[in-house]
Amino acid sequence: MNWDVMISSVPTLLSGVPLTVQLVGLGEILGLAIACLATWGRLSGNLAAAGVSRLYVFVFRGTPLLVQIYLIYYGLGQFPAVRESFLWPLLREPYWCAILALALNTGAYTSEILRGAIQSIPQGQVEAARACGMGRLLMFRRIIVPIAIRQALPAYGNEIILMVKASSLASIITLLEITGLARRLIPQTYAVFEIFIVAGLIYLGLNFAIAQAVRWAEWRLTPHLRARAS
Amino acid sequence: MLEVLSFGPQGWGWQLLSGTLMTLAVAVSAFGAGVVFGSAGAAAKLSGSLPLRLAAEVYTTVIRGIPELLVIYLLFFGGNEAVTAVARLFGHDGRVDLNAFTVGVLAVGLISGAYSTEVIRGAVRSVPPGQIEAARACGMGRFLTLRRILVPQTLRYALPGLGNVWQLTLKDTSLVSVTALAEIMRIAHTGAGSTRQYFVFYTAAALLYLLLTTLSTAVFERAERRAMRGAVRA
Repeated sequence: MNWDVMISSVPTLLSGVPLTVQLVGLGEILGLAIACLATWGRLSGNLAAAGVSRLYVFVFRGTPLLVQIYLIYYGLGQFPAVRESFLWPLLREPYWCAILALALNTGAYTSEILRGAIQSIPQGQVEAARACGMGRLLMFRRIIVPIAIRQALPAYGNEIILMVKASSLASIITLLEITGLARRLIPQTYAVFEIFIVAGLIYLGLNFAIAQAVRWAEWRLTPHLRARAS
Repeated sequence: MLEVLSFGPQGWGWQLLSGTLMTLAVAVSAFGAGVVFGSAGAAAKLSGSLPLRLAAEVYTTVIRGIPELLVIYLLFFGGNEAVTAVARLFGHDGRVDLNAFTVGVLAVGLISGAYSTEVIRGAVRSVPPGQIEAARACGMGRFLTLRRILVPQTLRYALPGLGNVWQLTLKDTSLVSVTALAEIMRIAHTGAGSTRQYFVFYTAAALLYLLLTTLSTAVFERAERRAMRGAVRA
């Protein structure tokens, strides 16, 4: 084990963290919006909207993320219509292609988490809210959303960790995030194990931090369970 | 536009078909290796030995916490050195080179195994202790209990979870394309590059994966129904 190489690779690899965080963060925000839309479509009772949502989830969960990234990065540019559209300045960039692919991918998984959470809300609570005279929006804000968030949080935390790992695929379309930098350091140092161990530790650190944050959020959102335990 | 996918002399149909078979071969081997790693991992986690438990804990935490691509890169770039070093320990001189298939199966199998460990551990723990006690009361030995009671029951509870692991494994094989193994992704990439029909080839790849995931979901559902015959579920 070459400790010098390991230590000297730390700053370089750490410099990839901001890009990884950006990919995950932006992908997750966009993905959550897509997921809300898909869940709404699925549960709306509208046959066409439900069909489209179902198809979207089926396709994006059934294919590897790598195919989705290639399809967006290489595939879309093949069409003159895309190249001439206002979106081209974005879709030309590997950065935005990676974010779009990550968002569409996580959106499909997240929409299933949201659907499960919303469907797990006891019917009695909805009836009680209605009996109190709550309107649709008030009921959504006060009853459905808080209960669904609690229900969805553990699974959503897993999904964010999967996204951190998935963001490493951005290195394949030339982005120099943690994995991309590690890949570039190999031919310079010939220290395969050392570099990948450092990179792996950085990912473990990131994922540990996310797991702790989700745990904290869960603790904050369940005061009713805490009171009983003490 | 679509003739590039045909089975004719200009088409990539045969290559894509052989790529699909290669993907299946890698996925099945890696899943099988994963079940072996997973059983060992679950046995270690449930064993009384602290070092074994710790080792299994480190294995699952590390593999599930770092990107799959990193595992594949590590084995692809470092695997030959590691194997050569191990071979030297056993008195073998010179280099040992693994082929892309072996490296791919090993890498994806390690990943698959970490997830299988948790599935199998959960399944073993959900076998009612009364059944084990009953077997012991009947005078069954350890191995007979394992073979007749524990393994069949565990398999039954583990099937849904293993179905998920299979889907993950199948999709993870696409990452092996970075090592130039001619599976679906690699063929699609090569075909797209040489014909400039990127969209067509990647859509074809996506459809092939969809076909594989959909068919295997059906197979697992059938297996689950068969395994749960006569079982009472809450």
